[in-house]
Amino acid sequence: MRYLNKFLIFVMINISVLPAQAGWLDLNMPKGVTDISNEVFGLHMLILWICVVIGVIVFGAMFWSILMHRKSKGVTPATWHESTKLEFIWTIVPFIILIGMAVPATKTLIKMYDHSDSEIHIKITGYQWLWQYEYLNTGISYYSKLSTPYSEIYNKKSKNVNYLQQVDNELVVPINKKIRFLLTSNDVLHAWWVPDLALKRDAMPGYINEMSTIINKPGIYRGSCAELCGRHHGFMPIVIKAVTEDEYEKWLTARKVKTSGVAKIK
Amino acid sequence: MSESGSYYIPHGSNWPIIASIGVCTTMVGGSILLNGSDIGKYILFIGLAIVIYMIVGWFSTVVSESERGIYDSQVDSSFRWGMVWFIFSEVMFFAVFFGALFYVRSYSLPWLGGEGTGLATNTFLWPNYEAVWPQTANGPGEIGGKFEHMSAWGLPALNTAILLTSGLTLTWAHHALKEMKRGQLIAGLFLTVALGSVFMIFQAIEYGHAFTELNLNLGSGIYGSTFFMLTGFHGFHVTIGTIMLCVILGRSIRGHFNPKNHFAFEAVAWYWHFVDVVWLGLFIFVYWI
Amino acid sequence: MSSVVKDTHHDDHPSGIMRWIRTTNHKDIGTLYLWFAMIMFFIGGFMALIIRSELFQPGLQFVDPQFFNSMTTMHALVMLFGVVMPAFTGLANWLIPMMVGGPDMALPRMNNWSFWILPFAFSMLLSTLWMDGGAPAGGWTLYPPLSLQTGDAFPFLIFSIHFMGLSSIMGAINVIATILNMRAPGMTLMKMPLFVWTWLITAFLLIAVMPVLAGGVTMLLTDKFFGTSFFNAAGGGDPVMFQHIFWFFGHPEVYILILPSFGVVSSIIPTFARKPLFGYSSMVYATASIAFLSFIVWAHHMFTVGIPLAGELFFMFATMLIAVPTGVKVFNWVTTMWKGAMTFETPMLFAIAFIVMFTIGGFSGLMLAITPADFQYHDTYFVVAHFHYVLVPGSIFAIMAACYYWLPKWTGNMYPETLGKIHFWLSTFFVNLTFFPMHFVGLAGMPRRIPDYSLQFADYNMIASIGAFGFGIAQILFLYIVIKTIKGGKKATDQVWDGADGLEWTLPSPPPYHSFNTPPVVK
Ligand code: HEA
Ligand code: HEA
Ligand code: CUA
Ligand SMILES: [Cu+2]
Repeated sequence: MRYLNKFLIFVMINISVLPAQAGWLDLNMPKGVTDISNEVFGLHMLILWICVVIGVIVFGAMFWSILMHRKSKGVTPATWHESTKLEFIWTIVPFIILIGMAVPATKTLIKMYDHSDSEIHIKITGYQWLWQYEYLNTGISYYSKLSTPYSEIYNKKSKNVNYLQQVDNELVVPINKKIRFLLTSNDVLHAWWVPDLALKRDAMPGYINEMSTIINKPGIYRGSCAELCGRHHGFMPIVIKAVTEDEYEKWLTARKVKTSGVAKIK
Repeated sequence: MSESGSYYIPHGSNWPIIASIGVCTTMVGGSILLNGSDIGKYILFIGLAIVIYMIVGWFSTVVSESERGIYDSQVDSSFRWGMVWFIFSEVMFFAVFFGALFYVRSYSLPWLGGEGTGLATNTFLWPNYEAVWPQTANGPGEIGGKFEHMSAWGLPALNTAILLTSGLTLTWAHHALKEMKRGQLIAGLFLTVALGSVFMIFQAIEYGHAFTELNLNLGSGIYGSTFFMLTGFHGFHVTIGTIMLCVILGRSIRGHFNPKNHFAFEAVAWYWHFVDVVWLGLFIFVYWI
Repeated sequence: MSSVVKDTHHDDHPSGIMRWIRTTNHKDIGTLYLWFAMIMFFIGGFMALIIRSELFQPGLQFVDPQFFNSMTTMHALVMLFGVVMPAFTGLANWLIPMMVGGPDMALPRMNNWSFWILPFAFSMLLSTLWMDGGAPAGGWTLYPPLSLQTGDAFPFLIFSIHFMGLSSIMGAINVIATILNMRAPGMTLMKMPLFVWTWLITAFLLIAVMPVLAGGVTMLLTDKFFGTSFFNAAGGGDPVMFQHIFWFFGHPEVYILILPSFGVVSSIIPTFARKPLFGYSSMVYATASIAFLSFIVWAHHMFTVGIPLAGELFFMFATMLIAVPTGVKVFNWVTTMWKGAMTFETPMLFAIAFIVMFTIGGFSGLMLAITPADFQYHDTYFVVAHFHYVLVPGSIFAIMAACYYWLPKWTGNMYPETLGKIHFWLSTFFVNLTFFPMHFVGLAGMPRRIPDYSLQFADYNMIASIGAFGFGIAQILFLYIVIKTIKGGKKATDQVWDGADGLEWTLPSPPPYHSFNTPPVVK
């Protein structure tokens, strides 16, 4: 009993402390920084709660029955085994609940598929194991790959906060503008995923996939490759820097000069 | 078999384990060969030899049990269910390749060609590619180089007629079997085998024509891939079917079947009709449209 | 029947290894299948432990990333094709002839071959671990072009899958032939136990989709070695096409892995509730609906590949619909317990745990079905949590429940009840400790199939790894219990459980070599 108590105290402390360490938000889907990602979060929570409620009802009934209808209580078992009415109810009610989920989901999905009126077009190409970003119509193009040193990966040095989530060249984009991403790959399948934007799409060799977003808040958003692509699949992060429109213009000019400089040397 | 029951349960058999060893050896040999090592070939042949030995042995056992009258009608019906579901699995196997054909024709190629959502794909990755079936169906990379596609009218059409006729002759043989007309049974089966063989010969000529004159082979992009996979697997099935027909022919000559009890004949007939139907699909979707 | 000459010396039991190699007896073959599954479970579990060891902490500690991917791939292939499917086929072999009142399986020689393929196929598959370029590392889904980068292992992988497919198809044909043809007079279809029904439908699914997988991997093979362009855009092919083919197989496959569990649970719950199964016929129809729907939902695994909007919507709706028939099953089980007179022996405990945790897995499945949300969940540990909930406390728990439930029948001995209960509680505790935290790390953004992760995922991965080792150790207890029961124990009665109903309980424990030589009378 003493050990059980100790164990329970241990569990309690951990339940209360662990989330604090990790931050509660890390335990759930991020809300993100776009209208769509907020909607997705809403959908996620809606369905989660519906499931929780159904779960409580179903398991509640079951555990009630486990407690009350046990042989040791001296009950005699009932003999009925059919009721068309009941079965009809529990076919139709879940069906209605499902419709309730499907409607908002459909609405959000339709919005996600609308890429019209995009102002900035960026082509993203996956390689084993890095990303290439091309800003269409600007001549800007560069590669972006993991910058965490091997010494940290192989535990020779202590790991920094952004361990495995840092790159040499971030993708820089403006806020409040519709950005369209064109995704493809040079070798195997990859998937470009940034949770805060609720964007995830496969990059396939020979085909181009599209997605679009409008970011509401400046900041640095981190994501990763989300399709097994070989040995270093786990080491293919994505970092986006969302900046104000002014800053973006400045960055663009600076980059253009740099790129054309390179072109001249060639 | 215990005396009280009536359903025949064979006692222990060596054939399954021999089959496993044979097939496994074949596969290992094939793998080694594909990985570029020549000894694979010998392992492959040893494996095949074991497989053939096994097939002959296993079937002989079954045939002799059948001839000894051990099988009752319930066993017969188990065999029937077995064959029906086996053929269903074959249907699904061919369905994959037909599915692949439909998929590339209605989704992949139009996408590469820039239809609908494929616009970006076409503009950025494959500019100037126009998807026309079958002319540019070796893809935007023109894999395998310029090729000409197969035309339906000519040998393929003739082959269709041949295979359909063989279905008829087989049915004729079946009727003869039911009516105890041995002469017609043997003639019908013989004709079926002959037609099947002619079909195979024509198909070989077609392949030769494709390789040498049309520059069409497995490597000719998706057109070549689907064409040869479908016709190749079909041809393989015709070969198997013809061999099985020969066995049935041999057994008929020995007087093995009677109007009531001829499951083996029927199984082969079902199989042959199935191969027939697949060909019809091929003719329509691969050669014609 | 007529007085034809039958082979007379059937009841000779050859001894030693040859008995097992040559056997055509459904019980022997069932035993072989079950032991094979048990061995594979430890092999596949060992691989999972390698995965969990590497993921215990951030950073690379034990294995190379490539080898890690091999472990993920092989773990899944072994668990699915080497554990759950053979275990269910083993149960089918043991039980279906007894349940329908037949003497044996319909096609006994083929039955033997179905089993004896497996050791060969898995030797081929496992031998790739020692090959140049390593074992397959492209995930069990084998997506090209990545899977085409496999080294020498590649053809071995493909052929072993063909081989396993052959085994499953023949096994399924046998089950169907047995059910359709070997029933005792009076055993109409709608009188069959649900285990038999669910297996009938499972067998149909197997025959329908295993050839599809075979065709798909054949295309991989020709793409790699014979210059075809099925999955190569330059040649007009499409890597996504493989995914369609794979999931056309893959989704029905996951129901192949769960439907027989439904059958097992539907046998156990009424026994220990001492009350007939509620809604027998709707259970049958629900199973059939699930099977039907399973053919039209496959693209829910591919929501992020860029399917047109209409397609995404169709597959989302179809997938959500599966919750309805599955719900019917869950509600019927709960209602069966309602007003029963329950006792909680080990099989019942596992069955109840199955219902709870399978439902939790089903709920997360439903969440995954919501396309916009799946964009966030896809390829994260949330998916890993989902399918382990339906597979481990789902399929595996059902198999264990079945073992406890029928072991007394098979061996004639009762298993040690206290040990069984301990095994149950340990398993249940640790399985949740392992897989529940995976929901959190998944939502927080941890992708699956990675050997190393960023720091915010560290705590929960550590917990999951501890859980995995705990669960593994608990399974050693299971092995011990099974062996102990086979060796001896309290003698079991024919009926074994006082609420048990069905033909298998009318036979002695252990049953005679040929189950029903004279067909029983079914009222
Ligand atoms: C036994 C195996 C099994 C089973 C039974 C299921 C059952 C279900 N699965 Fe799962 N699934 C897998 C095994 C399984 N799955 C595997 C292995 C993968 C990953 C493959 C890979 O990528 O490697 C996967 C992946 C997977 C995905 C893809 C995720 C992704 O990669 O992005 C999706 C998406 O829709 C999904 C959905 C579902 C649904 C809707 C069900 C439904 O059948 C669940 C239905 C059950 C319930 C809903 C609970 C009970 C119902 C009620 C109590 C009624 C009332 C409820 C409501 C009205 C909500 N599954
Ligand atoms: C029925 C199927 C099944 C079963 C039973 C399991 C069981 C387990 N799985 Fe599995 N798993 C899959 C099917 C299954 N899994 C699939 C389909 C995938 C996807 C693969 C892919 O992405 O391609 C997957 C992937 C997968 C991953 C993700 C890997 C990745 O994405 O990189 C993880 C990680 O934790 C994991 C863990 C586990 C654990 C801890 C168990 C445990 O339940 C296992 C418990 C059993 C044991 C531990 C055995 C006990 C053995 C011993 C105690 C022996 C010890 C011996 C010595 C030490 C000598 N599995
Ligand atoms: Cu790139 Cu995974
Ligand atoms: Cu699925």
